Amino acid sequence: MSMDDRDQHDPNEPDVSRRQFLRGLSGSLAASAVLATGVEAVPLSPPSPPEPLEPPLAVGPRIKGQVKVRLNVNGQVKTATVEPRTTLLNTLRDDLGLTGAKRICDRGSCGGCTVIADGETIYSCMMLAVDAQGKKITTVEGLGTPEAMSPLQAAFVDHDALMCGFCTPGFVMSCTSLLKHNPDPTETEVKEACAGNICRCGTYPRIFEAVLAAAKRMRGE
Amino acid sequence: MAGWKSPSENTVLGKPTPRLDGPAKVTGRAKYAYDVQPAGLLQGKILRCPHGSAQIISIDTSAAERMPGVGAVIITAKPGDIMRFAGQELGGVAAKSFDIAQDAVRAIKVSYKVLPHVVHEEAAMKPDAPNVRGADPNTSTPNTRSTGDTDAAFQSAAAVIEGTYSCAVRTHNSLETHGTTCKWEDDTHLTCWASTQGVFSVRDDFAREYKLPPANIHVITEVMGGGFGSKFGAGYEGILCANLAKKANAPVKLMLNREEEQIAVGNAPSATVEVRMAADGDGNITAVDAKLHGTGGISGAGVPFPYIYKVGSTKISQISVFMNSGGQRAWRAPGHPQASFLMESAVEDLAIKLGMDPLELRMKNDPSKLRISQWREGARIVGWDRRNAKPGNGKLAGNGRYKRGLGCGAATWGGGGGGGSQCKVIISNDGSVDVEIGVQDIGTGTRTYCAMIVAEELGLAVSAIKTNLGKTSLGYGVGSGGSVTTGSTAPAVKRAAEAAKEALVSAVAAKMGVDTDQIELIDGKVIVKGESGKQVPFKKACSALGPGGVTGDGKWDASLQQNGVAGVQFAEVQVDTLTGLVKVIKVVALQDGGVILNPLTFTSQVNGGVIQGIGMALFEDRKMCQLTGRMLNANMEDYKMPGSMEMPEFVSIAFENPTAKGVSGIGEPPVIPTAAAIRNAVLNASGAALYHAPMTPGRVLDALAAGRKG
Ligand code: FES
Ligand code: FES
Repeated sequence: MSMDDRDQHDPNEPDVSRRQFLRGLSGSLAASAVLATGVEAVPLSPPSPPEPLEPPLAVGPRIKGQVKVRLNVNGQVKTATVEPRTTLLNTLRDDLGLTGAKRICDRGSCGGCTVIADGETIYSCMMLAVDAQGKKITTVEGLGTPEAMSPLQAAFVDHDALMCGFCTPGFVMSCTSLLKHNPDPTETEVKEACAGNICRCGTYPRIFEAVLAAAKRMRGE
Repeated sequence: MAGWKSPSENTVLGKPTPRLDGPAKVTGRAKYAYDVQPAGLLQGKILRCPHGSAQIISIDTSAAERMPGVGAVIITAKPGDIMRFAGQELGGVAAKSFDIAQDAVRAIKVSYKVLPHVVHEEAAMKPDAPNVRGADPNTSTPNTRSTGDTDAAFQSAAAVIEGTYSCAVRTHNSLETHGTTCKWEDDTHLTCWASTQGVFSVRDDFAREYKLPPANIHVITEVMGGGFGSKFGAGYEGILCANLAKKANAPVKLMLNREEEQIAVGNAPSATVEVRMAADGDGNITAVDAKLHGTGGISGAGVPFPYIYKVGSTKISQISVFMNSGGQRAWRAPGHPQASFLMESAVEDLAIKLGMDPLELRMKNDPSKLRISQWREGARIVGWDRRNAKPGNGKLAGNGRYKRGLGCGAATWGGGGGGGSQCKVIISNDGSVDVEIGVQDIGTGTRTYCAMIVAEELGLAVSAIKTNLGKTSLGYGVGSGGSVTTGSTAPAVKRAAEAAKEALVSAVAAKMGVDTDQIELIDGKVIVKGESGKQVPFKKACSALGPGGVTGDGKWDASLQQNGVAGVQFAEVQVDTLTGLVKVIKVVALQDGGVILNPLTFTSQVNGGVIQGIGMALFEDRKMCQLTGRMLNANMEDYKMPGSMEMPEFVSIAFENPTAKGVSGIGEPPVIPTAAAIRNAVLNASGAALYHAPMTPGRVLDALAAGRKG
C-alpha cells in the first residue's frame, strides 16, 4: 500500500495527479501509479450511462529500460543512467552520491530535497532527472565544505540553527536563495522563505537568527 | 575525585558552544544511515497489509521474483495469519533501485479475507466492537488507585469542577525515517548503519536474531535524523533488511517512506479524562476523581495522573483501549504532555471557579521548591500581571476581534543517568586528543559536550578534541531514552578525561623534575605553578609520552549526575474570534537540568520541545478512516506540523539550579507544559474553554459560542 501517488490536484487540470501527469509526460505508463493507489484510474465523467471510458490521460506506451541523463550539478557535468521515471532527487542521491538533499516526504511538502535550479529553489523530488537536463543545478554540497563554509552555513553553525541536521540542507538552500534575491530581508521574509521547509526538531527560531546574522555579515555591516 | 566545577571556574563548560558536527551537517557531508552507500547497494521495501484487519489466504511472490533488478524477496507472514492494522508487515524485497523495489512489492499478490476492524477509540470501547486482540477485550482491566477520602473532600469543598478533557493521537514524524543499511562482511559479521537512539540495543537484537556474539555485529550511528523515543532496537525493518542483504548477497538499504513512518513505527497515544476536582477555600486541591482512557492502537497506553500537584485525596481508574492501528511508542516524556494538558486545564478551570489567580493556585499546590522559584521568575519575565483578570475580559484581551491572553503549565521529569557507560580519552605523543564512547548523538549535542568536558579538564580548546561516537566497537553507551544520555555519558567522560590528565601530568612532571601537584593545564599550555616562565605548549609536553600515548578510562559515577528536573512555561496567545485561529505570540520556558554543560544546545532543545508542544496544542491529529481502516493523513501536508510561519517569540532559559551537583538530560521535559499553557492562554484571552487538543479553529469557534451562551 502506498499513497505516494495521490497528490494535490490543480482544479483546472483533469483529475490526474501531478506525479502521474509528470510520469505521463515523460512517456511512462501510469500503471504503477494506479497500482499504488489501489484504485482504478478515476473516470473523468460520471460512470453512468455505461459507455466505454476514454483511456485516462496518463496512459500511454510504457517506456521501459534506461535513459542516459546529463546533469549540470555544482558546476560539473555528470551523467547517470536511470529509468525515465527517476526523480532528480533519487538521481542525485543514489546515482551521483550527492546525499545532502534528503528524501523526507518525496512529494513536495517538506523541503528537505531543496536544490537550486537556474537560480530558483525547487523540490528535487518533484522533478524528473530527464527534465532537469540543461538546468544549472546547485546542491548543498556546492555551497561550501566543512572547512570552507559559506557565510550562511557558518552562521547556521554559530547560531545552532540545527539539531539532528536532517532538514538542515533544505533550509540552507532555501535561505541561500532568499539572500541571493533579497540581501536585506526582514524576519517575516525569512519566515516566508522557510515556509516550504519542515524541521521536526524545532530549529526555526535559530534559523531565523542565523539568516539575519549572515545577511548582515554578507552586506558587510 | 572531583565534582563539576562551579560555572565561574569553567573556561569551556557552561559556555555556549556550537555543535561539532554542525559543519558536516550544514554542508550536506554528514552521512546518515539513509545516506551511506556501500558498493553494490540494493534498496529494500516492505510489503504491508492494506486492511484494518484481515486474514492472509495466500501470498504469491512469483511475479516479483521474476522482475529484472530484484535481488531478494522475503515473506515473513504465512497463510492463516491475522493482520491487525493497516500497515502491518508481511515481508519485503530488495532491488536495484528504489522504484523497482516499489514495483516488486506491488507485484506480490496477497489474497486476504477482510475482517471487521475498528479504528476509532470510542467505537472500540463499545461492547459489540470488532475484537482487536483475539480472546482479550478491547479495553484493559482498569488500573485503579486511591488515596484519602474523596467523598468527604467533595462534600466540604469550596469549589468543584467537572469536565472531560482529551488530546489526540500524534505521530512522531522523525524526518529521517526508521531503517538501516546492512552489509554482511562475511557469513557471521554484520555491519549496520542504523537510524537509532540505541546502537547497543540494535546490536543486541541482531546478535539474538542470528545467534552471533555481539562483537560480530557492528552498528554505526554517527548522526541520525530524529527519533524522539520511537527508535530503539533493530525493529522489523532492521531485521528484514539484514535478512534481505543475506539472501541477495549484497548490501541493502531499507528506510521507510513517510507514510510507513506514520502508520507502523509509533505514535503518541491519545488520552481522555473524565474528572471531578475539588478545592477548599484556601485553594488547596482536596480531591481528584478521575477516569482515564487512551489508545495506543494495538499497544497499551497510560498517563501519570493527577500529575505534578499534591492532592488531598484521589480516586483514579485508568484503562487502555485497543484498536486496529499501529502501536504506540515512547515520544519525548511518554504520557506527560497528555497528563499536563488534562491536569493543567482542569486546574485552570478550578482556579476560575474559585475566583483565584491560576498561578497562585498552582504555587499553592506545587510540591517542588525549585518550580516555585521558576513560577515566580517566569511570571516576572512574561509579565503575568498583564493577564486578563477574567477570561476574555481585560486590557490584554481588548474589545476587538483579536484577543490576547496568558496561560501557564508545568513539567516534571526524571532524567539523571545509569551505569555501564565506558569512555576512553587518549592523549597521543603528538599532542592529539581523542575521546571515544559508543553512545550515539541523536541531535541533542552529546558529541559536543563530550569534547567540552575533555577540553575543560585538559585546558584545551574544544576544537582540539577529536570525537569518536556512535559505534558499538567503542565502549558501551546507553540508549538515548528517558533523557538519560547526558546523566549516563558525561560522568564517564569526565572520569576518563581526569584519568588521562593524571597520566599525562605524571609523565610530564617526571620529565621536568617537578611534583605532579605543581603542574597545571591551562589555555593549551602545561604550566609549572609558582615558577613563572616555566611552561610548555600542550603539544610539546605530550612528547614526554611514550609511543602509545596515554589512555584514561572512565566509568559512570553517580555523584556527577542527578535525577529529577523541573520546568515551567508561560504562553501568550492571540485568538482571532472571527476565524477561531490561535496564534502563539510568545513562549517563556524555564528549564532546569542540574549542572548545565552547554547552554546553547540546551536551549535549542528547549525551543524544540516547545515547538512540538505547539504542534500538539494546535495542529497534530492522526485521522483514521473507519471505512478503510487506514490513516487518512499519513503525509506531511494533511498531518500538519508547526512550520516557520507559526513560530512565536521564544524566551528559552537554562535555569540555574543553585543546589545542583550533577548533570541531567532535558530532551523530554520542555515538550510537556506547552500545550497546556497555550490552552489556558486561549481561555484567558477569549473566554473559550477548550477541552480537546489540537485546538483547531473549528473547536475554538465552538468554544467561543459555548462561552457566549454561558
Ligand atoms: S522530499 Fe521533496 S519536498 Fe519533501
Ligand atoms: S534539525 Fe532535526 S529535523 Fe530539523
